[in-house]
Amino acid sequence: MFAFCTDPETLSSLSWMLCYLTTAKHMGLYYAFGTVLLLLAITAPAALAFGFGGAVMARSRIPPIAWIGKGYVSVVRGVPDIAFFLFFVIALDQAFEWLRHQVKCPDWGQPVRQGNDFVVCPEAKLPLGNAPQWVHESYGFSLAVLTFAIVFGAFAANVLYGAMRAVPKAQIETAEAYGMSHRQAFRRVLVPQMWVYALPGLSNLWMVLIKATPLLFLLGVEDIVYWARELGGTKTPQFTAYPHGDWRMWYFLFLLIFYLCFTKVSEVVLERVMKRLTKGQATTGGESQRKAAA
Amino acid sequence: MKTLILTTAALTLGSTMAFAEAHSTVRMGTEGAYPPYNFINDNGEVDGFERELGDEMCARAELTCEWVTNDWDSIIPNLVSGNYDTIIAGMSITAERDEVIDFTQDYYPPTESAFVAASADVDVMSGVVSAQTSTIQAGYVAESGATLLEYATPDETIAAVRNGEADAVFADYDYLAPIVEASGGELMFTGERVALGGGVGMGLRESDTELRDKFDAAITSMKDDGTLNALLVKWFGDEVGTY
Repeated sequence: MFAFCTDPETLSSLSWMLCYLTTAKHMGLYYAFGTVLLLLAITAPAALAFGFGGAVMARSRIPPIAWIGKGYVSVVRGVPDIAFFLFFVIALDQAFEWLRHQVKCPDWGQPVRQGNDFVVCPEAKLPLGNAPQWVHESYGFSLAVLTFAIVFGAFAANVLYGAMRAVPKAQIETAEAYGMSHRQAFRRVLVPQMWVYALPGLSNLWMVLIKATPLLFLLGVEDIVYWARELGGTKTPQFTAYPHGDWRMWYFLFLLIFYLCFTKVSEVVLERVMKRLTKGQATTGGESQRKAAA
Repeated sequence: MKTLILTTAALTLGSTMAFAEAHSTVRMGTEGAYPPYNFINDNGEVDGFERELGDEMCARAELTCEWVTNDWDSIIPNLVSGNYDTIIAGMSITAERDEVIDFTQDYYPPTESAFVAASADVDVMSGVVSAQTSTIQAGYVAESGATLLEYATPDETIAAVRNGEADAVFADYDYLAPIVEASGGELMFTGERVALGGGVGMGLRESDTELRDKFDAAITSMKDDGTLNALLVKWFGDEVGTY
């Protein structure tokens, strides 16, 4: 990166450190922070959408739809995350490939399962075998987002389901007495009011989601934990210009600080959101806000 | 939710027919944590004996190759499910692995494994010995009467000896030699060396016989003209076994 980094052995400790921390390999680590933040930025709204859908379905008056919603919530919540991540992603990937196989290669002679091998025709591979590495990585990343969204969506669905029930019945009845349809009452009265009940549960989920991002490594995405382990391991002088001992502790300490700062910032933001949502609500929080202002 | 489903469907069935041809790119799967066989260099790229060997083999077989890294633990399952096409990661040919995947002929003669400890008087047959999970060395230790301590990465097996969790580490001699040399007397070889496995070969799916034959031919030609021996000496030093 810097011109003086060409011969690290001659450097003083400070500039050695500067060169060491700016190797292309370390860029992988910094890039991985972006990956984690991007994952959170996409997964959180996606999980919320899954959760909202699940909660609405679970509340449905049509029994089959309600069963699907409730089934989704209880099955996904009941399966250990790690089992879900190991099994579901492989199954999902193979299901996609099998579907494409059926569409694109109807005349393929060989069976898809050959002993241990899962073989689909080359046109059905996802991503295609000759796609560049970044396509493979983004595909892995989207599978990760989808899996995270499904898992956390189930928890969010339960939170939202409870929050919808927590909105006082009298509010809905009043809305209907004013002549709103069921749907209008849901959209105009219930949904705007439920967030204040949902937020404590959702903020919990957000915290758990932040801490769950190292699961990415299980899905083959090179996340910050992978890089911390790889970079922190002992490096012998034969294979690197920057040999060092076992520095994993420092790398993991850095990760710990990162996660702590991140959750702290989240707490502060969530607190503000809570204040905003409580405004004018018929809850104890809303009541005390009203009294303080008066 | 609707857009999500639509996006997924588009991703799944999206027409990418334009460049579909069998094995136009061969994805080479490696661990990237086992110098000198394979490791990630300062530039963040796969490097080492197997990188050079693999690139040369691909050139001879006229294939375009791309390198990917994968955890050692799941390196066989991910090959079998088609995430990459080969395993070239210092993997010894054994009967158990051969049941699940296919191997090319060996490109590294049957390896010697060795014990490394922090002091010379460690009894490697009864003490605590660390080894990497799912390796022939782990299998050997488990049967030797010593207490086996397994780790996911090779680096952690060494760290376990350094911080006293294990009395000794059992691994390929060629992996240990540079580490012992660099430790400045802190670590040393101990006990007898043990010959294990049927040499190191490249792993492929059992259904992929055509690709295996191509790489097999490339290895044969490299053995014949001496380039493989030159590579072995370059990365492992003069005392390495050659063909």
